[in-house]
Amino acid sequence: MAVVFEKPKGLTDAVLHYCPGCTHGIIHRLVAEALDELGVTDRAIGVAPVGCSVFAYNYFNCDMVQAAHGRAPAVATGVKRSDPNNIVFTYQGDGDLAAIGTAETVHSAARGENITVIFVNNAIYGMTGGQMAPTTLPGQVTQTSPYGRDVEKVGYPVKVCEMLSQVDGATYLERVAVNNVKNVKAAKAAIKKAFKNQIEGKGFSLIEVLSTCPTNWGLAPTKAIEWLEENMMPYYPLGVYKDKTAE
Amino acid sequence: MNKEILIAGFGGQGILFSGKFLAYGGLIDGKEVSWLPSYGPEMRGGTANCSIILSDNKIGSPIVDKPDVLIAMNAPSFDKYITEVKSGGMAIVDSSLIDKKSERDDVEAYYIPATRLASENGLTGLANMIILGLFLKKTNLMTDELIDKVMKKIVPAKKPQLYDLNMKAIQLGFNYEA
Amino acid sequence: MSEKVLMKGNEALAEAAIMAGCRHYFGYPITPQTEVAAYMSKRLPKIEGGVFLQAESEVAAINMVMGVASTGKRVMTSSSSPGISLKSEGISYIAGCDLPALIVNVQRGGPGLGGIQPSQSDYTQATKGPGHGDFRLIVLAPASVQEMVDMTVKGFDLADKYQMPVMLLSDGTMGQMMEPVSLDISEVKTYEKPWAVTGTKGERKPNIVNSLYLKPDELEKVNFERYERYAKIEKEEALWEEYKMEDAEVCIVAFGVAARVSQNAIDRAREKGIKVGMIRPITLWPFPKEALKKASEKVNKFISVELNMGQMIDDIRLAIECKKEVLLCNRTGGMIPTVENVLSKIDEAIEGGRK
Repeated sequence: MAVVFEKPKGLTDAVLHYCPGCTHGIIHRLVAEALDELGVTDRAIGVAPVGCSVFAYNYFNCDMVQAAHGRAPAVATGVKRSDPNNIVFTYQGDGDLAAIGTAETVHSAARGENITVIFVNNAIYGMTGGQMAPTTLPGQVTQTSPYGRDVEKVGYPVKVCEMLSQVDGATYLERVAVNNVKNVKAAKAAIKKAFKNQIEGKGFSLIEVLSTCPTNWGLAPTKAIEWLEENMMPYYPLGVYKDKTAE
Repeated sequence: MNKEILIAGFGGQGILFSGKFLAYGGLIDGKEVSWLPSYGPEMRGGTANCSIILSDNKIGSPIVDKPDVLIAMNAPSFDKYITEVKSGGMAIVDSSLIDKKSERDDVEAYYIPATRLASENGLTGLANMIILGLFLKKTNLMTDELIDKVMKKIVPAKKPQLYDLNMKAIQLGFNYEA
Repeated sequence: MSEKVLMKGNEALAEAAIMAGCRHYFGYPITPQTEVAAYMSKRLPKIEGGVFLQAESEVAAINMVMGVASTGKRVMTSSSSPGISLKSEGISYIAGCDLPALIVNVQRGGPGLGGIQPSQSDYTQATKGPGHGDFRLIVLAPASVQEMVDMTVKGFDLADKYQMPVMLLSDGTMGQMMEPVSLDISEVKTYEKPWAVTGTKGERKPNIVNSLYLKPDELEKVNFERYERYAKIEKEEALWEEYKMEDAEVCIVAFGVAARVSQNAIDRAREKGIKVGMIRPITLWPFPKEALKKASEKVNKFISVELNMGQMIDDIRLAIECKKEVLLCNRTGGMIPTVENVLSKIDEAIEGGRK
C-alpha cells in the first residue's frame, strides 16, 4: 500500500496533550517537518518554555531542555554557544516570550544570537486557565480581565515582530498564521527559512505564529478560527517585518 | 619578622601601586605576603587605603588595623590612623598635604613633602614612590638589589621610561633628610 | 612546582576555572566580583572554544549557564549577593535538572542593595539552597587566595561527580586581596556525561534535560534519590581545618576572612596562656558536623565568629547537639570583626567558664 501521509521523524510517538482544536499540534508538525527536510533533526536541540507547550520536550524527537518561564532564549544562548554546530530553537508562548521573558527575547535578538525562535501567540495564558496575556487584545475578556482588557488601566498589547524590527541584531522576523491551508503552507515556509538562516549562520530569526485557544476563548474550534481572523489578524497583521537576508 | 603596613590617602595617589611594590618585594624575598585594598566608589576620588603584611609565618588576618608602619598621604587618613599605629611603630607623612604633626611620643614620625618634591623634580604623580623611598630607608626592608628586581617586575616592559622615573622617585625619598 | 605569583582572589579563581577546563563564562557586573568577569573577558576569547558573554541580567546569565551545563561542558558564573538572589531561580532549575555548574558568590553586605563591603550574610541562603524546592548546593568557603584556586578546581570536580551546582562562597576581602599563589593544579578529572544534550547524531534516543514532574509520586521519587546523593556527600565530602585544637578549651568556629582574623586572636590569646583553637569549615554544606561533635567532647565553649548576625550558630548547635554553649562574635553590614573583638569574646568564654 502506498504511503501518502506520515508523521515527521522530528516528532516522537507521544500523544499530544493539547486541547481539541488547538493549533499547537500543527505548529509542532511544521517545526518537525522543517528540521527533517533540512536534515538537521539529529543535531537539533530544542528549548521548551513554561506554558501550554511545556511538554514540547516529549514531542520533538531531538535533544530537548526545559527552561524556566521566559528564560528559553538565555538557555538556548548557552546551548548554541557551547557548540555552534547544533541547531538550536526555542518554542515559546506569548506570556513566556512577551511578558516574563521580554528581556531575554529582546537581548538575544540584539546579540544576533544564531538561534530560531518559534513564538506562538494566542492572546491568552492557556496553561494556567485563561488569564490576560501581553498580547491579549483591547477589550478581550479573560479570567483576569473579566470586564475586557481596559487599555487605560493595563495598557496595550505588545506587538513583538514590530518591536523587534527596530532591533539591529535581528535577522528575520515574520508573522504567520495557521488558520487555513494557504497560511499553514506560508507558515511552514517561514519556519523553514528561519532554520535555514541558522544553518547558514545568519543570526536571529523569530517566527510569530497566530494561534487559537478554543478552550480559554470559550469558542468551538471553527469559531475560534473565525475569531482569530476577525480580531487577531487585523491587530497583528501577517507579513515579513524584517529580513536582512533579502537586503 | 612580621611587618604590618598601612598606606592611606586619596584615590589616584598610587596607594595601591606602592602597596603592590612592597608585596612583590616580599614575594621575591620568599616571605608570606598579603595585600588588601579598600575598594568601591571611594577609590575614585575619595579615601583609599591598602593593607600590606610581610611575614616569616603564615598570615592570619589580611586587615591591618593596628599598623607597625603608617604611610599617610592625606589629612583625613592621618587623623584616622595615627592613633592606631602600634606603640613603638612608625609613621611617614606627606607634609605637603598634611600640616599636622604626630602628638604621640611612642611613634617615630617622619615628614617629607613628597607631593611638592614630585612636582619640583618632574615626577608628578610619583609622590607615592618618593614617600616609599623614605619608608625603605627607615625600615631597611629591602636591599638595593631587591628594589631593582621588584621595579623590573612591576613596571610594564613596554614602558621602560617608567622604570627610570620610579627609581628616581624612590632615590629622592631615600636620600631625603627627614 | 610552578613559581608563586601575586594575584587577586577574583582573578586567581578565574584562572583556576580555566585550568579546570571551564571555557564558558556568563555574568553581569556587580561589585565586588567584577574582576572575575573582566578577567574572563580578556582570557576566554584567546582560548580555543572560549566564550565570555556579558548577559543582560543575572537571570539571563544563570540560564545561559544552564544551557551550557545541559550540553555537558564545564561552565560558571559569578556575582555578589544581590545578584545571587536574582540567580536563585536558575540555581533551583539547575539543581532540579541535576546539572553541574559552578556559581561564585563574592559576598557583600545585605539585605536589599546593602553595601559593597565584605560580608558573610548569605550563609543561610547558600547552605540551605538559594531558590525554591528541595535541593542543596555544595558550598565551599575559601580562606586564602590559594584556596580560591584550589576550591574552584575542587568545585568543578564535585559538581561533575555529583551532577549538581556548587557554590564558591567567598567575600569581598578574599576577592580583592592579593596573596602569593601557585597555579600548579593537579590533574583535572573528567567525567562521562551520557545525559548531555549534544544532538542525537542519529545514534541514540533524544536526551531531555528537565525538572518538571507533574505526577507527585514521580517528583517525590526524584527528590528522594537526590537526597540519597546528598546523604553520601554529607558522609564523604565534608572538609575542615583544625588550628591548635589539640589542647583547646575554647573552640572558635569561623570560615573565610573571619577565620583569618580568628587565627591572629588565637595566637595572641595563647601568648597569654589561654587554650583556644579553631575548627574552620571549608565546606559549609556539607557542614563538618563530626569534627565539631568530637570537639564538643573536649572543649568547654564554642565561639562562632561571623560577618553576619549569627547565621552559622544554629548549625554549630545542631552539630554539637547543644551540649556546650556557643557564643557569637560578629560584625555585619560590611564590617569585619577585629582581633580585639575576638579576643574579648575569648575572654568572655573563659570567664564564663570559671563561674
